Amino acid sequence: MNHNGMKKRWISLYVENQVGVLSKISGLFSGKSYNLDSLTVGTTEDPTVSRMTIATVSDDETFEQIKKQLNRLVEVIKVIDFTDVFVRMKEIMYVKVRRCSASDKTELFQIAETFKAKVIDYGRDSLLLEFVQTATKNDAVVKLMKEEFKSIEVVRGGSVGIESISFMER
Amino acid sequence: MRKISGNKLLVKALKEEGVDTLFGYPGACTIDISDELYKQDFTRVILPRQEVALVHEADAYARSTGKVGVCLVTSGPGATNLVTGLATAYYDSVPLVCFTGQVARHLIGNDAFQEVDIVGITRSITKYGVTVRDRKDLGRIVKEAFYIARTGRPGPVLIDLPKDVMAELGDAEYPSEVNIRGYKPNTIAHVGQLKRAIKMLNKAKRPLFLIGGGVNIANAREEFTELVRITNVPVVTTIMGRGAISTDHPLYIGNLGMHGAYACNMAVSECDILFSIGTRFNDRITGKLHSFAPKAKIIHIDIDTAAISKNVQVDVPIVADARDAITRMLEYVEPCNTEKWMNQIQEWKEEHPLTMREKPVMTPKHVIDTINRMFDEAIIVTDVGQHQMFVSQFAEITPKKKLLTSGGLGTMGYGLPGAIGAKLGNPDIPVISISGDGGMQMNIQELATAVLEELPIISCIFNNNNLGMVRQWQKLFYGKRYSMTCLHSGAACRGRCGEVECPPYTPDFIKLAESYGAKGIRITKKEEIEPAFQEAMASEKTPYILEFEIDPEDLVYPMIEPGGTLQDLIMDC
Repeated sequence: MNHNGMKKRWISLYVENQVGVLSKISGLFSGKSYNLDSLTVGTTEDPTVSRMTIATVSDDETFEQIKKQLNRLVEVIKVIDFTDVFVRMKEIMYVKVRRCSASDKTELFQIAETFKAKVIDYGRDSLLLEFVQTATKNDAVVKLMKEEFKSIEVVRGGSVGIESISFMER
Repeated sequence: MRKISGNKLLVKALKEEGVDTLFGYPGACTIDISDELYKQDFTRVILPRQEVALVHEADAYARSTGKVGVCLVTSGPGATNLVTGLATAYYDSVPLVCFTGQVARHLIGNDAFQEVDIVGITRSITKYGVTVRDRKDLGRIVKEAFYIARTGRPGPVLIDLPKDVMAELGDAEYPSEVNIRGYKPNTIAHVGQLKRAIKMLNKAKRPLFLIGGGVNIANAREEFTELVRITNVPVVTTIMGRGAISTDHPLYIGNLGMHGAYACNMAVSECDILFSIGTRFNDRITGKLHSFAPKAKIIHIDIDTAAISKNVQVDVPIVADARDAITRMLEYVEPCNTEKWMNQIQEWKEEHPLTMREKPVMTPKHVIDTINRMFDEAIIVTDVGQHQMFVSQFAEITPKKKLLTSGGLGTMGYGLPGAIGAKLGNPDIPVISISGDGGMQMNIQELATAVLEELPIISCIFNNNNLGMVRQWQKLFYGKRYSMTCLHSGAACRGRCGEVECPPYTPDFIKLAESYGAKGIRITKKEEIEPAFQEAMASEKTPYILEFEIDPEDLVYPMIEPGGTLQDLIMDC
């Protein structure tokens, strides 16, 4: 197996909003040993249709196969490869920091300001931060905060993406 | 508006889909459907003895008739017994619609009696699967199931029917049209790509057709034979592709792959254009990928986009139905000069002909040669193992002789139920199954079905007292350590093989046949082969078991060592 162009790639899927569709998609990834880095799903303006944003780390050939295999599923209405498309993509992430000293708290407020995060809850020795930014930036934040603080708890939502308007219209 | 139960609508749907034969096994969750089937006469309901065999019967019925095979089983164990048969049909692209009973909706998820999540269990081995959760969707879902099963790349579809949904009254109409927004199979070939492929073919010095099961499934044998006649390009096939062109055609070389003929594997290795149609480039065909067709540009026509460039990177991909593509090609193709190339192939054929070493005692080839000689028309069904490879190497497959075999999944136990399904679909054509003694015992209970349905099938057993194909690997690659492959080993000889006398072989297939009401003949010598077939051929209603005593030392050659390349064949002759 060669690994030409091993990297993270994004797919957006339109699927039928039915019982079992999520398990068919995720089962396809596990059954065929495709990497599934993140997957988000929610209904669209049409309640019979859901849209998924999927991130996968794969090489060129595997990625082609993933798209074809997804297309083969009866419940998949459309597969959009985000590779060469201008997209808006964000991920929500909560970070709870415990056992904070006073100076930790000061630093956390600085981090929040730098990354345009919100401090959304506050305790005697803890803080809760909300980040809405790209997954890559969230990765960096997690790395930084793990180094800086003794006890952190992270919950990430997975990215959601949509094709941007301005670039398409230009 | 008139309202009817789901059970009634289902039976109505079967009628409108033209289902003339249904393979069913009853249970608590489907008893109401059974009751509706009791009241109709358009479909013949076959009662096999095990759901495992039931699916194979529906599968062979579908493969041999081109219709959709229909199964009805109950929930829980009835449903789980479908698994192997669904996978078998999935890998060989066989259209099936399987209805499974399910517990009532309020019980789903409770670990109720005979409840399983069969749609979840079979997700990766069905083309489509769904639980009908609302009575109003029933008609549409059944209509879609038949459509999905038989269109595009055909495959098995599973519809799970909760008992209460089926009891509910609802719409009596069965829809006449299908519109699935996520399923629009593409069957029409792109002419530009086809012309590009033909241009490459015309320029080639050593062109070769590689044909898979897709050509047989698309029913494109005539068109393909015409394509070969015009172009003069030689042909190799996969086992599933065997019969796409008559095996006695002068441009047909044989099968390639693990047990393929030397000339075929050499031709693939030396060709400069490999024009492949309807094949998946399975590992048993390609051997080690990096040395597969190293000198060739590859053209690939397949109806399944995902089959293209999955295993082998191709230069010209064409997504299309094989028959549509070949028919369009006929307008543009020209004769190629392949004389020199054919001479080379002929040399390879003479260097290592595909045959078995001639022995004074009976060999599998003697039996298959006799079948070739005695039957002008036949459906030959195999099980899985050495005998299957012998059949794939030596059986003549012509427009009037068809081969049914579990090629992709390699399912032992397919032979006997396969013969039953084929015979039910083709009562006027002789049906011969060939199994090893291992595979035969995996679905031996179906003798009862064959006897009661009055099917004069000829079920051959190549009995070498062993699980021969695994034994062959043990002999060649595992220092003759025959672990788990001797079918008469047991407590009396465990750990003392060779020191004590072998326990007697069981069962006695002849007595077993008789106990079921079938006929059995044991054949030990060459001279007995023909008379045995003569007797069996004359049978009008009674199935025959012909048990051939085969030497376990008869191995399948040539052979590529697992993980080897097409160029490293182990030869016997």
